[in-house]
Order: sequence, then C-alpha cells, then structure tokens
Amino acid sequence: MSKICSLTEAIASYVHDGDTVFCAGFTHLIPFAAGHEIIRQGKKNLTLARATPDLIYDQMVAAGCAKKLVFSYIGNPGVGSLRIVREELEAGRLEWEEYSHFGMISRLQAGAAGLPFMPMNQTAAPDLERSNPNIRRVKDPYSGRDVITVPALNPDVGIIHVQRADQNGNAQVWGILGEQKEAAFASRNVIITAEEIVEEDVIRSDPNRTLIPGLIVKAVCHVPHCAHPSYTQGYYDRDNVFYLNWDKISEDRTSVNTWLDEWVHGVKDAGEYWQKLGPETHARLAVKPRYAAPVNYGDY
Amino acid sequence: MSELTYTASELMCINAARLLRDGDVVFVGVGLPNLACNLARRTHAPNLQLIYEAGVIGARPSRLPLSIGDPTLVSGAVSVCGMFDIFSQYLQRGNIDVGFLGGAQIDRFGNINATVIGGDYQNPKVRLPGSGGSQEIAGWANRCYIMTPHQKRRFPEKVDFITSAGFLGGRAQRESTGARGGGPLVIVTNLGLMEPDESGELVLTALHPGCTFEQVQENTGWQVRAVPKLRATEPPLDSELRLLREELDPGGIYLKGS
Repeated sequence: MSKICSLTEAIASYVHDGDTVFCAGFTHLIPFAAGHEIIRQGKKNLTLARATPDLIYDQMVAAGCAKKLVFSYIGNPGVGSLRIVREELEAGRLEWEEYSHFGMISRLQAGAAGLPFMPMNQTAAPDLERSNPNIRRVKDPYSGRDVITVPALNPDVGIIHVQRADQNGNAQVWGILGEQKEAAFASRNVIITAEEIVEEDVIRSDPNRTLIPGLIVKAVCHVPHCAHPSYTQGYYDRDNVFYLNWDKISEDRTSVNTWLDEWVHGVKDAGEYWQKLGPETHARLAVKPRYAAPVNYGDY
Repeated sequence: MSELTYTASELMCINAARLLRDGDVVFVGVGLPNLACNLARRTHAPNLQLIYEAGVIGARPSRLPLSIGDPTLVSGAVSVCGMFDIFSQYLQRGNIDVGFLGGAQIDRFGNINATVIGGDYQNPKVRLPGSGGSQEIAGWANRCYIMTPHQKRRFPEKVDFITSAGFLGGRAQRESTGARGGGPLVIVTNLGLMEPDESGELVLTALHPGCTFEQVQENTGWQVRAVPKLRATEPPLDSELRLLREELDPGGIYLKGS
C-alpha cells in the first residue's frame, strides 16, 4: 500500500506537541521544509535533537516550537554563532542536553540497534561527563577498565530527507550520509521526504544504495528542494549566501519574525517557498552533473 | 626569502602545513586547517589523506569548502561513510594520524575550551558552540595541532571548561585515563610555535620572523618559558603564498584576517 502523502498530512499525523523530533542530516539533506511545516502547524514543547541544530532548529526555536534541545555543536556551520539558540540557552529559557558528536551518534546507534546504551572509549576530557548526568561509566567486563556510556536515543519522530524513494518508503541516499540511517532505525515513526519519487524498479536496480528500507517508514512525501538552504548532493548546492544572511537576520527578533512571516507563514508549502526564491537563486544553486560509473549486479 | 608580505592567517596556515608529513592521514576541519592540509598536499606531502568529520575519506575538494559538509568534498573522494563509522572505525580505532583543533581558550597544559566562558556550566556568561568532533579528535588522534591567534584572552593559565583534553594537569594525568592519542604536539600562533615539555606544559620553541619573546609573554596568561635553543621559523615562501592566494582561497575568505 502506498505511503505517499503530503508533508502537511505527515506532520499533522506524526508530530505531536511534546514529542522528541529528530530532523536528520549532517550539513547535507537537512529537511528545512519539514521544520517550516512544523512551525506553520504551531507544534509546541518539542524536544529537538540533532548533532548540529543548524538554522533549522534556530528557526524552530525562534518560532516557539521547542522546549528542549539535544545537541553536540551549536554553531552556524561555516559562519559563526547560532544566535537564537545561544541567546535562549544563555537566558535559561531553553532546556538542553549536550554531548560530543560521537556521543550523539552513539546514542542513535544504540537506539537503532535496540540496545540500552552504547560504550565509548575515554577521551580524557572530564567536564562534559561531569556536567551531563546521562554520560556515565561502566566497567568493561573483559578488561576491567572503565568505558564511557551514553543512553539510547529513540525519537518519537525521525524526519529524513533523501534523493529518491519509492511509494513504500524504500529510500536511496548518496553523498554525506551523516546519521540518516541511525536516525531512521532509532525513531518510532519515520517520515521520508524525497527529491524524487521513483518506481520500485529503480530502487531494485541498485539495492546497495538503499539506506532506509520501507518496512520502517510510515510516510513518504514528495518534497523537491526540501533541504534548502542546505543541499542535496547532485540536485542543488548549499546556499552559503543564506547561511551568511541568517547571521544578520538573527541579530534581532523583529527581523526574525518578519522573516518567518514572509518565508514560512507566508507560503503554503515547499513548492511555493522554492518559487519565491526566484530564478536567480535557482541558477546560483544549480549543479553540473557528474555521474558514477555503472555497476553490474549480474542477471541471475 | 619572501618578497611578499603576509597576513597572520597565512603565516599560521603555512607553518601548520609544514608540520604535516607525506602519507599522514589527517582529520580536517574547514577554514584554516583545510587550507593548511591542501597546501601541504600541493607541496611536500602529495600523499596526504584528507578525512573530513562529515564522513568523507580521501577528499580532493576542487573548490574551497565553506562548510564541514560541503558537497565538493564528496565528488571525487575515495569513500563516504556515516557519522558513526567515521568516529568509531576511523578515529576511535586509531586510524587517524593528525587532528586539527581550535577553541576559544587554550591553557598552559594544552586543554581546550569550546563550551562555556564565565559563570558555571548551567548559567554561563558566554555559551560557545560545544565539542562537535573535537573531544574525540583531541583524545584519539595520534598527533594534534592547534592554530590560533596569540591573544591573552585565548591563553588563560587554566581554561573555564575542558571540552577537549590536552595534558589535563600534566602528562601523567592524561595517561592515567587511557586515552589513546598523543595529545597536542604543536600550537601554531601568529607569533611562533609552542610545544609541550616533558611535564606537558606548553613552552615556546620557535618565533616567527620579526616576533619576540616579549610579545609572546605579553599575550599569554601565564609565565611562559622558552626552550634554551629557541628556533626561528622559515619565512613563508612566495610559492606557498601564491598557492594559498591564487588557488586555494582566491576570494580571501579565510586568509584575509589580520
């Protein structure tokens, strides 16, 4: 049975006030359109988890969707500070839980594998472990040495953007893989957003490229350009100009609210948002093709 | 001898590049570390293996990467893997020779703070970005290098928060934790090079052309010691400066600074 629905329907069905939400993507494939839809639907008290909150969570925090942030690096990647998140943390208005990148991905890996926690070797750095009671130690039963542990993370909803998927949610990804697979397997409900919806035959022609199988997916949404201003490898480039602009926009709340009114509340969906960006931006973000050599699976 | 004048960023970048050995497997960050690694690859270390924390192995970026996950890192790379694999199979397993680190504060024993300044952890005066990948890089890369401008506020005697371990209170303390990596080996600043002595304390080992010990002392938050045989670094070569300016960062995005 087809799992295809609109992003509006998927968010309405699977994201509820108070949920823990994981919008996946390490720089690449960040599902901004889903974040914007969550803002439009006025979801509240969310726990937002991501290694790098990036602009997507800065915008969701600014819009009042978040109660808590779980993260490992709060910067505007390649630009500087993530102003809204930083301001809210410094003011004590936003709860937070902090890990290193490896701690975050280990939490997801445990969640994805159905384990209660994940062990990691010691790094010698003492202070984060002291500050976060969720970072603990156990004795390795084989060597007797201490290993660091982090608890499994099992988000209520994982939103994962991919290059292509079929109607059952079998999803293929190439380029930077980040935590897409772990986030999908760890989450209770998985929403796939895809640049392209393809026939099952296309997926079956290259099974090694399928990162997420449809059997763990609840909803499949066709959302071209979902990741702007981040990017989708082979489809469009990262909009570094916007990342720089956000640094200015987020200097004060009035300009943030004006931006949200115009670019989130003022558009119906990702399609309208992309059209509003205009042909100059489209041309600036266009990429020339560079194809992989085909592989021969053999006709058995 | 160089004909060209150079910026502080160019000076640090060139000196960091010279620390890399041909064949090193390097965990690269964006900005100056990326430029230093690509400069080394284009000069004395053609077999340098660039690994980016976004999960890209053997990257050959054809344009200047503007974020840690820039798509130019992927096209033409040897391999791409997920985040769990890059941190576990590459870094934790011990497959990384060199890591580059940065931070708001670096102390006398090479400990790095990228988390909070002032107040306490729950109520900080300034909230910084946090560890990202640096806690594990500092713990597990065989050698770590740090590039930072030499300023007193960046070099306190003791950091407010140890995000990434140097030698903690001394080498023995780091060793007792069992962390596999060798810790910080060289701190490259715009004034010279600092390296840990046998106790793990950072001491001045070299000065850049025209720089003095007094400048270093003025800009460091503890009583700095210099090694008896203080070296002078080789001035940047015109060929190094041209590569950086004309090919690696033609827009001057990272190199224009100071």
